[in-house]
Amino acid sequence: MKKKTMSKNFRSKLITFGIVIAAYLIMQILIGTGNVSSLLKGLLVPLCIYAILAVSLNLTVGILGELSLGHAGFMCVGAFTSAFFSCCVKESGMPPALRFFLAILIGALSAGVFGILIGIPVLRLKGDYLAIVTLAFGEIIKNLVNILYVGRDENGFHVSFTNSLSLNLSDQGQVIINGAQGITGTPSDSNFTVGVLLLLVTLFIVLNLIHSRDGRAIMSIRDNTIAAESVGINVTKYKILAFAVSAALAGVAGVLYAHNLSVLSATSKNFGYNMSIMILVFVVLGGIGSTRGALVASVLLTLLPELLRGLNDYRMLIYAVVLILMMLFNWAPRCIEWREKIMHRIKGRGKETKEADV
Amino acid sequence: MKKMKKLLSVVVASAMVLAMAGCGNNGDGGSAGNSSAAGTGGSSASGDVFKIGGIGPLTGEAAIYGVNVRNAAQIAVDEINAAGGANGYMLELNFQDDEHDAEKAVNAYNSLKDWGAQVILGAVTSTPCIAVTEETMKDNMFQLTPSGSAVDCAKYDNNFRVCFSDPDQGAASAQYIGEHALAQKVAVIYDSSTVYSSGIYESFVKGAESQSFEIVCAEAFTADSKTDFSVQLQKAKDAGAELVFLPIYYQEASLILQQAAAADYAPLFFGVDGMDGILGVANFDTSLAEGVMLLTPFAADAQDEMTQKFVSTYVEKFGDTPNQFAADAYDGVYAIKAAIEQSGATPGMSVSDLCEAMKTGITSITLDGLTGAGITWDASGNPGKAPKAVKIEGGVYVAM
Repeated sequence: MKKKTMSKNFRSKLITFGIVIAAYLIMQILIGTGNVSSLLKGLLVPLCIYAILAVSLNLTVGILGELSLGHAGFMCVGAFTSAFFSCCVKESGMPPALRFFLAILIGALSAGVFGILIGIPVLRLKGDYLAIVTLAFGEIIKNLVNILYVGRDENGFHVSFTNSLSLNLSDQGQVIINGAQGITGTPSDSNFTVGVLLLLVTLFIVLNLIHSRDGRAIMSIRDNTIAAESVGINVTKYKILAFAVSAALAGVAGVLYAHNLSVLSATSKNFGYNMSIMILVFVVLGGIGSTRGALVASVLLTLLPELLRGLNDYRMLIYAVVLILMMLFNWAPRCIEWREKIMHRIKGRGKETKEADV
Repeated sequence: MKKMKKLLSVVVASAMVLAMAGCGNNGDGGSAGNSSAAGTGGSSASGDVFKIGGIGPLTGEAAIYGVNVRNAAQIAVDEINAAGGANGYMLELNFQDDEHDAEKAVNAYNSLKDWGAQVILGAVTSTPCIAVTEETMKDNMFQLTPSGSAVDCAKYDNNFRVCFSDPDQGAASAQYIGEHALAQKVAVIYDSSTVYSSGIYESFVKGAESQSFEIVCAEAFTADSKTDFSVQLQKAKDAGAELVFLPIYYQEASLILQQAAAADYAPLFFGVDGMDGILGVANFDTSLAEGVMLLTPFAADAQDEMTQKFVSTYVEKFGDTPNQFAADAYDGVYAIKAAIEQSGATPGMSVSDLCEAMKTGITSITLDGLTGAGITWDASGNPGKAPKAVKIEGGVYVAM
């Protein structure tokens, strides 16, 4: 019995990895044969970014069962710390591969630390209250970054919260984080291969966590906190574990984001609550708790508005309609009933043909 | 059920891949139809039209700027085509939405590349524009931004702009105030959350160091707190400021004027090009703007023939008064045309060759446009034109 469930988990994991690897190989072949448009080529890295975000948020929302609306805040932390690091060591002659590797580690670590710091007070709250506080956290991070000025000259780093003039830099000094103007000139180290590798690592971490002893403890908290506590599960510890891992992975996505574009500034579009909601939409429409669903939904919903560019002004309208339709298809009771009926019929027919074959 | 799920996931995965491949093929097919691969420096589109790609926000909070640029660029393109085109070749404009976001701007640029764009007019706003410059630099595609005013918008030698850069505006304002001895004590209210406003503010402070006046108070607000300015105005009043410098857009400026009037505070107000449009704000008592000075390259109610013709065409076609973004875009298209004619470029040239030709072409043209007479460009990408100061008197702009 045990062996059977193990192999089921293992097979399910393999399928998830297989989808990603197959998509990667097919895209590589298409790129190699010159069959890919520039638009799609430019979208490959963002696709990886959003997939990582969706998979990591699924850990908080789907597995831990807490609604977090501040995921973009963690992404922002990862993006800015790593871009800051990369800009600082850009001219030191460090090989790009090593620099990017360190940037990823720094982004993940700092976002993870923020996850723990935020998690300790915040995870005492539940439901709506948690959602509100995480929402506020995301906005605070965004606004903090917007008034942060950091410069460097031969005397070391200067930090200010008013404007870049009050940094008192010497003539050789340069402003690295320039308030609302953000960081410009981040080396563009992100590429599709690195993105897919990071996505695979993310999937590996999340899937293994879910199917481990810790993961089962986390899910038991989701299902019934009191029962979980009564059997001796340390609720706070597991909540923070899941929250911090989820935050760190969002930080990794932020690193990819920062190193994909040459300009990084915290606007409501990329790190505000709009983005947090967007990631939540990926998770909800992919089916809460389903890693593979989050993956597919994030890819589809990122591609959709870009592929609809031909419709000009109508593209956002169509996008919204598709979102509503997907929501209905996934969650409306009638739809679920209808889907089950269809599934049942297909399954029944499959059995019949099998019997006929025999 | 389990098998079904597996089957379903396989189906979905393959559908996904097919969709991606399909879109890849379609996109490529589109540009292949026009001859070989566009963009990466190979030989480019069809051979009888110049394809201009526009990038700007058509949706979202900054949509007004992008829509103005798109409309005005379309007017300019139509006019040029009706008059026989550039060098005898027609122009074609394709304007893509970037939602005022750097990532979306790069997507828009890539989709324009698939369409076969040879010249980029954009992006309209600064941050997306900086992201696009990185991409055009890689492809060596000629890029002219109508209104990307941050310094980095013209970072590489293939980037040019029509508007003033932020430092130019701030320094020019400081110089103007100092030289005309408008005030001794100056207050600044600026938006620290936009690149535009904080950029002008910083250069204004630098420019003020060498002038005779003193900045007695500098108050910031952000995009999240742009409705109540009573605190900032009170501080300016307490500091005894005789002039308030407003390097911000007209929506907020109109609120500041109203609230200052309500608080019986009547200093001189001095704005920059973002202030243009203040007379058109709905429910705004234009008598409050009486005496406001602004440095702007364009005023929709100017009396010269060119402006009047442009404004009337714009109003007729789109039912709205154009702002200075529209004027910048209109001049931008004409600058592209002039650069093409100067360099003798043809649509058959590769994107990279076209860029090289236009890069030298644009530095030797002189353009009489809506935003100034005798505009020239140097290799740095910045335009050479005189800033025009206007004063609002009797509800219209009067040149100073």
